[in-house]
Amino acid sequence: MAKKKITTPLTDEAVKDLKIGDDVLISGDIYTARDAAHKRMVELLDKGEKLPFDIGGQLIYYVGPSPARPGNVIGSAGPTTSGRMNKYAPRILEAGSKGMIGKGEMGPGVQDALKKYTGAYFAAIGGAAALIAKSIVGNELIAWEELGAEAIRKYTVKDFPAIVVQDCHGGNLYKEGVKKYQKI
Amino acid sequence: MREISSKDITKAVKELCIDANYNLGEDVQDALRKAYEKEGSPVGKATLKQIIDNFEISQQGEFPMCQDTGTAVFFVEMGDQVCIKDGNLFEAINQGVRQGYKDGYLRKSILADPIERKNTGDNTPAVIHLDIEKGDKLKIVCAPKGGGSENMSEVKMMKPADGVEGVKEFVIDKVKRSGSNPCPPIIVGVGIGGTFEKCAEMAKRALLRTIGSKHPDPFYAKLEAELLEEVNKLGVGPQGFGGTQTALAVHIQTYPCHIASFPAAVNINCHVARHKEVIL
Repeated sequence: MAKKKITTPLTDEAVKDLKIGDDVLISGDIYTARDAAHKRMVELLDKGEKLPFDIGGQLIYYVGPSPARPGNVIGSAGPTTSGRMNKYAPRILEAGSKGMIGKGEMGPGVQDALKKYTGAYFAAIGGAAALIAKSIVGNELIAWEELGAEAIRKYTVKDFPAIVVQDCHGGNLYKEGVKKYQKI
Repeated sequence: MREISSKDITKAVKELCIDANYNLGEDVQDALRKAYEKEGSPVGKATLKQIIDNFEISQQGEFPMCQDTGTAVFFVEMGDQVCIKDGNLFEAINQGVRQGYKDGYLRKSILADPIERKNTGDNTPAVIHLDIEKGDKLKIVCAPKGGGSENMSEVKMMKPADGVEGVKEFVIDKVKRSGSNPCPPIIVGVGIGGTFEKCAEMAKRALLRTIGSKHPDPFYAKLEAELLEEVNKLGVGPQGFGGTQTALAVHIQTYPCHIASFPAAVNINCHVARHKEVIL
């Protein structure tokens, strides 16, 4: 299977070109956020205030890495379960983000938002944490240091491996992929 | 009586924690390579390739296999002739966990209280299962357990009338409902019998068995093979993207139970089934 190379920030055209099952290599900057940071971001959006970074075209990575060895950019950094961010993701897409990277199926509200706002949900391989770490070449704090591991950080990535699992055309690999192989 | 120093226990446990998180067992490596050969789905195959590349990178000692370096779970067999010098067994193990998780750059994922949820900062306390055996050895198995797969586990207090078919239905349904969440391809540990809590323990012990080994009882060996075949017909596949390799193995561990009871438990392990042991 040929891998598609994509670079952030993403355009609508680039996202429309992505279909479920596409094997991609992501390069550029991605922003990390988990439960606590999402709660704060949505509170800012509710108040009509600006987010702590320019979200246009950006991807959010759901991650909680192991500690970095001295001299290393990052420790092991595989995805955390995305389902916990189901209620926040549509607002982040509405604000201009072009998608998310995580693991496990995201809900119907997110599927609709990917279509409405032209976004894509990428799965990073759960447990391929060492492999993923090798693709992270920069790690910068962006906001909310007091949240510790849940602060917003910017990872600069080169050929970060991921698979398109839910796309802007209504495709959902977790449903369609399983159906193809389901015998019972 | 044979004396074993608590310092030796701490040192051994520290090394086990690091070894378990960086070096995947040979049997699991083989099972994943075989799964790659057998996998029918192109996305599934690409996924397994990343998983294999990952444990090869991790063996170089710089990055643990998964960022979730888990709850430190131990199964300890202490010989009845063993006496711990300069300390207490459980404290020696916990000290080993503290050191291993610090010096091994492993993630501290334990909260002191499940409702308040403040991190203990050192990945203790460990969860320790202790048995006394005859002899003068101390065997320690370290089996770090991640949260994602653990969250997909369950105990069911069935009726004796539910029988083997009830167990099969429970296991297959559990794997189906777990879907992508436990990071397939999984290893399914099944406990049958015991009390409520013993059953769950049996399911976790089942995960320690070498993949590819057969249950010594032909009845359970056949049941394990049947369950593995059925579970792989669910089509969940690697990471839940769809495929033929949903589980690498199903292992069963049983325990005597009450005349009125028929408990069964499923403890799911993700594809990085981590366990290392030492005999002191």
